[in-house]
Amino acid sequence: MNYQVNEKGYYGDFGGAFIPEMLYPNVEELRKNYLNIMQEESFQKEFNQLLKDYVGRPTPLYYAERFSKNYNTKIYLKREDLCHTGAHKVNNTIGQILMAKRLGKSRIIAETGAGQHGVATATVCALMGLECIVYMGEIDIARQAPNVARMKMLGATVIPARSGSKTLKDATNEAIRDWINNPMDTHYIIGSVVGPHPYPDMVARFQSVISEEVKKQLLEKEGREDPDFVVACVGGGSNAAGLYYHYLNNEKVGIIAVEAAGEGVLSGKSAATSALGKEGIIHGSKTLLMQTQDGQITEPYSISAGLDYPGVGPMHANLFKTGRGEFISVTDAEAMAAGLELSKLEGIIPAIETAHALAIFETRRFKEDDVVVVNLSGRGDKDLNTYIEHFNL
Amino acid sequence: MNRIKQKLQEDPQKKLLSIYFTAGYPQPENTVPIIEDLEKSGVDMIEIGLPFSDPLADGPTIQESSQVALKNGMTTQRLFEQLKDIRKAVSIPLLIMGYFNPILQFGVEKFCQKCKETGIDGLIIPDLPVEEYLLQYKEIFRKYDLLPVFLITPQTSEERIRAIDSASEGFIYMVSSASVTGGTGGFGPEQKAYFERVSKMGLNAPLIVGFGIKDAETFEQATANTKGAIIGSAFIKHLTKHGTRNIAGFTRIIR
Ligand SMILES: Cc1ncc(COP(=O)(O)O)c(C=O)c1O
Repeated sequence: MNYQVNEKGYYGDFGGAFIPEMLYPNVEELRKNYLNIMQEESFQKEFNQLLKDYVGRPTPLYYAERFSKNYNTKIYLKREDLCHTGAHKVNNTIGQILMAKRLGKSRIIAETGAGQHGVATATVCALMGLECIVYMGEIDIARQAPNVARMKMLGATVIPARSGSKTLKDATNEAIRDWINNPMDTHYIIGSVVGPHPYPDMVARFQSVISEEVKKQLLEKEGREDPDFVVACVGGGSNAAGLYYHYLNNEKVGIIAVEAAGEGVLSGKSAATSALGKEGIIHGSKTLLMQTQDGQITEPYSISAGLDYPGVGPMHANLFKTGRGEFISVTDAEAMAAGLELSKLEGIIPAIETAHALAIFETRRFKEDDVVVVNLSGRGDKDLNTYIEHFNL
Repeated sequence: MNRIKQKLQEDPQKKLLSIYFTAGYPQPENTVPIIEDLEKSGVDMIEIGLPFSDPLADGPTIQESSQVALKNGMTTQRLFEQLKDIRKAVSIPLLIMGYFNPILQFGVEKFCQKCKETGIDGLIIPDLPVEEYLLQYKEIFRKYDLLPVFLITPQTSEERIRAIDSASEGFIYMVSSASVTGGTGGFGPEQKAYFERVSKMGLNAPLIVGFGIKDAETFEQATANTKGAIIGSAFIKHLTKHGTRNIAGFTRIIR
């Protein structure tokens, strides 16, 4: 079976471009050009050079010996936390800023929840000297002050999203409205594998450098390119898409997706989209999303702002529906405990998003000689306040 | 004959005034009285907004009215219940304008069937692109005699306008400028040139302009080269200020 996008922009039943006509010219321009541009030699060269010299790639694939011993299996960590700006998000923003320049755009907009994607976007805009506007929910601005300050230092304008529930989904709505209002000079750098086609595929391709590197690194360390399992947390699904990318159609490699259960899948305060969602349309994509019976999009909850999204990318909706992916949900408390454990055992403080992926080992058992690669999608600096509060540090 | 088609042909000289409002706003049971008053005030066509939590193409006025309507307990089911006897009282064309997700959850065929039973004549679904409509939903719309209405904008290519024209059975919804709903800037030379350019294309479907029409001046500018205009946010603002009182007073200012 093929789990990649097809030529119509669908992953199985999911994907497509359900957008108002006002967005059509820009999305169509991108759709027509993105593959050609990405395949240009000059693009490849510039992209790879920046990933190497600016982002610091390749990121290490680290065998976590003490953590592994604890769970009696072989766990490797793909160290995306060591990327410039502290998370995998920058792989995508580097790619998209180069894309925007080639499309002749001079103004960049983005949405952000925790602020990681906003910072990564503000960073590449500073690097390229382009105007940058970041939409961020009013509530998130209040609880992620350090990232707001970083964006401002980098020269970006942060505009509070005051509509709806004033968090990530509304910031995304505001960014889309901005794009409708500015159809000529603006490129929208979406932060995950969500939105209308070709965004999910384009973002997945920019993040696919993660599994490209894992294959080489694992060959060196284990004498084989393929692990037994790849594990990642899923908000919109970009770090997961990057880690799965070169293994999607190789069914010998097990795919594990970890969602945020919040206070528990059935608590009414959760972001476990695969468990709670139904098929529908969010931000231009047909996918799984959390909604009322009447089709109104509902507000998710997770302690981790980066997983606090009511939908999931269409690639992941298809992995869920076809059974290709194993979906596990992890509560706030389980994730926090896993974050603390990794810090103590390996000297690595992970982002709380990432801590969700690490928490599965408490309940999901692996064989002793299984090779499990976990995407360490980001570092925990941005989450110190949450860790402090949770553990009374 | 479908009431929209009839209305478009009735009087070739007449410029049509169409009004949008959000169902369930400001009060949950205002839907039917508003429709009745609009017809009595001489409005030619009505777009009943099905509220949605995340209206991507709408500015603050319609966003807020949607939020209030949802808080008021509006649902798709409730809208159909309110409209159950509407054709006993009202004879002008009625359309439903709503985002696709609530319709998808209701069931597209069931939704269309309910529309037919209720006496709805057409659907405007801004985030259902013409390609998806042709591929999956055209037969269902036909079966229940619902006209699809598609949008064009100043950035829509001529080729695409022609494709949209041939998929249209009623009118084309001509979005006045690159903007979400509720623009207040008025129309400049750029918009006038766009209205003229498209009106000279010799399209089959009449053009009705929407977004940013708020008073007699913008109504006149918008309809100089087209068949009519749609007012949304400006009417919602009237409802916010005056409730359902004096709807005739609002329409009298327009034309
Ligand atoms: C460190 C980290 N991991 C994961 C995510 C979730 O996003 P995605 O599912 O697109 O990887 C975020 C989002 O902000 C993040 O900052």
